[in-house]
Amino acid sequence: MFTSWHRVGNVPGTVQSIERAAAVLRLLAGTSGHLALGEIARSLDLAKGTVHGILSTLRHVGFVEQDRASGHYRLGATLLNLGTSHLDVNELRSHAINWADPLAARSGEAVRVGTVADGQVLVVHHVFRPDDTFQTLDVGSLLPLHATALGKVLLAYGAAGSAPAEELDRFTRRTIRTPQALATELQQVRDAGWSREVEEMTPGTASLAAPIRGYGGLVVGAVGISGLVERVCDSHYHPHHHLVALVREAARAISRDLGAARR
Amino acid sequence: MTERYVVAIDQGTTSTRCIVFDRRGRLVSLAQQEHKQYYPKPGWVEHDAAEIWRNVERLAPEALRRAGITEEQVAAVGIANQRETTLLWDRDTGAPLGHAIVWQDTRTDDLVRDLRDRPDAKLVEHDSALPLATYFSGPRVRWMLDLHPELRARAERGEVLFGTMETWLIWKLTGGLHVTDVTNASRTMLLDVHTLDWSPTALAFFGIPRAMLPEVRPSVGVFGKAVAAFPGVRIGAALGDQQAALFGQTCFTPGEAKCTYGTGSFLLLNTGGELVRSTHGLLSTVAYQIAGGPTAYALEGSIAITGSLVQWFRDQLELIASAPEIETLARTVADNGGCYIVPAFSGLYAPYWRSEARGVIVGLTSYITKGHLARAVLEATAWQTREVVDAMNADSGLDLTTLRVDGGMTADNLLMQFIADVLDVPVVRPLAAETVSLGAAYAAGLAVGYWPDLEGLRQNWHRAAQWLPTMDPRLRTTEYRNWQRAVERTFDWTRPS
Repeated sequence: MFTSWHRVGNVPGTVQSIERAAAVLRLLAGTSGHLALGEIARSLDLAKGTVHGILSTLRHVGFVEQDRASGHYRLGATLLNLGTSHLDVNELRSHAINWADPLAARSGEAVRVGTVADGQVLVVHHVFRPDDTFQTLDVGSLLPLHATALGKVLLAYGAAGSAPAEELDRFTRRTIRTPQALATELQQVRDAGWSREVEEMTPGTASLAAPIRGYGGLVVGAVGISGLVERVCDSHYHPHHHLVALVREAARAISRDLGAARR
Repeated sequence: MTERYVVAIDQGTTSTRCIVFDRRGRLVSLAQQEHKQYYPKPGWVEHDAAEIWRNVERLAPEALRRAGITEEQVAAVGIANQRETTLLWDRDTGAPLGHAIVWQDTRTDDLVRDLRDRPDAKLVEHDSALPLATYFSGPRVRWMLDLHPELRARAERGEVLFGTMETWLIWKLTGGLHVTDVTNASRTMLLDVHTLDWSPTALAFFGIPRAMLPEVRPSVGVFGKAVAAFPGVRIGAALGDQQAALFGQTCFTPGEAKCTYGTGSFLLLNTGGELVRSTHGLLSTVAYQIAGGPTAYALEGSIAITGSLVQWFRDQLELIASAPEIETLARTVADNGGCYIVPAFSGLYAPYWRSEARGVIVGLTSYITKGHLARAVLEATAWQTREVVDAMNADSGLDLTTLRVDGGMTADNLLMQFIADVLDVPVVRPLAAETVSLGAAYAAGLAVGYWPDLEGLRQNWHRAAQWLPTMDPRLRTTEYRNWQRAVERTFDWTRPS
């Protein structure tokens, strides 16, 4: 009934459980209907307990679904949309909101959470600078990837696909203009674990950002602060250490929240 | 000098939280624990008060440990609690007599119907400024005493005590102080809201011995010193959770209002030193009383189904996988397509109070998609807010100029914008999301001089987001009319059998 490649052997230097998981997925992909736990175990010549553990893990990450009535397994929607599926932006905001507020309170600066849409940064959440001056919500607006701290994080960790190869739009005399300069900058972001932007978008303002990681460590967004250069940076245009620490702390907290919430 | 802090105990319906705040009202640490919900019969909801107290004992040191501070650094502790939840306990042993009956519990339905027919019911409604309903604590105490006649004799001798959750917690914290605050007392139907003391008329009406009732104290003022959970720390305040949220939003001036958007939603408007009696289906309630200072009253509009409509959309219709996705789905269309959902799942609350009404979806055509339904779900929350605000404006003579919002649904930008649009006033979200616990902390800190005055607290309030109305006034009028026509279609659906 099933061809031999469904059978699982031990190949030296590989991770056995991943091989077995791949075999389970191939088996499910090769059948039109649903399979019971016992059928999968028999087909792969594995103990039911082993297969159950693999299926539970695959269900947890959304690669496999279980029919409520029959208890049979089939491929999950996440797997079918792999490559195009992404975290819902409103879902991202609902997880970020509890951490973005304290970040604004402690840093005294405006906070934004961004993700990628149409090759730009989509602002999904915005907390005003807590000084009660008139400010306008810019949730839903789009920002350039290469000229914002949020965008640099999204580029550096592959959330925005590959970095642009052509000449980059210029906003100020400090904007990064060449793909080579951007590549160097992105490497620095990966080394440091956070990004900065000083007067590259708007004269007089600077921003910092750090990655938000979803399930399995995948970067799904970025959180950052922005404000006047003299508040965000010291006299040498280096961002204040305590602000960097606050931004990274908030990003880690949101990431934990996202990981914990995806069951 | 060592930095000092204020701690809030937020004793809610599903969980208890201890939260440490600093002088600027910023959250320093949080510890939280859920407690078990008991549903012994349909319509019955109970909590184990002993379990809730054990949770407080565990959470208190945990919150301080997470903040890296000791009891000596805590200037005061404040309590905010689920309202109307009713408990009896033994004065000598301190042990609860049965479970607490939770505010959602409707077991006193028949009792309340009988009581309503009595000619003196009107006098009780006048003294308490509340309509006779299962929602409040008084009928529950009567129900418990009726069920166990031996308790009544013991209650008359003061051996059996009554309390709402703040009374229970203060009793345990102080090792035997039997007190309540005016905001919680104002939800029992036993308080004369004019004198702010127990109403002899109401006690006679319900047959409740005065000896079992706690002493009524101001909300903001030192109740006593804790001997357990926070040994040596002063208890500076107690408030019902919605009143605490009003305080946390620093709505200290008449005309200022907040709405907390959760499973249901609660809109409270500060009406100042004057008790305003609603002729439009709202509740009159005490907002807070500061020891040696003023008493403020509030009008309250409760909306039964708001966030729970989104949950229904997710769990029963399965059109979305998570609550936040309602906004994503709603944004796939530009408007509601002529579709309206009125979620009168168990009748309509303020301002209609029609228990026989049931929910409707109207305006269905083959054009309607799940996106339109998602819009109609969100719009239902906004229009219900509008109806409560209209009733408040009419009752108070104060025109709402800004609505301060908090709660989980404030993460939904489309909804917040729509609320601003239909109310035609700015909607603002404060930086402090934990308004209930913040309010308890503010009140406690104020009582011990940690914060100097109300003005000092106001300076801690910062705007985190603001939505300004942009809707064409003609469209607003038409849509509101459509909503009201949809509401009319829910009336008289259930018939007495």
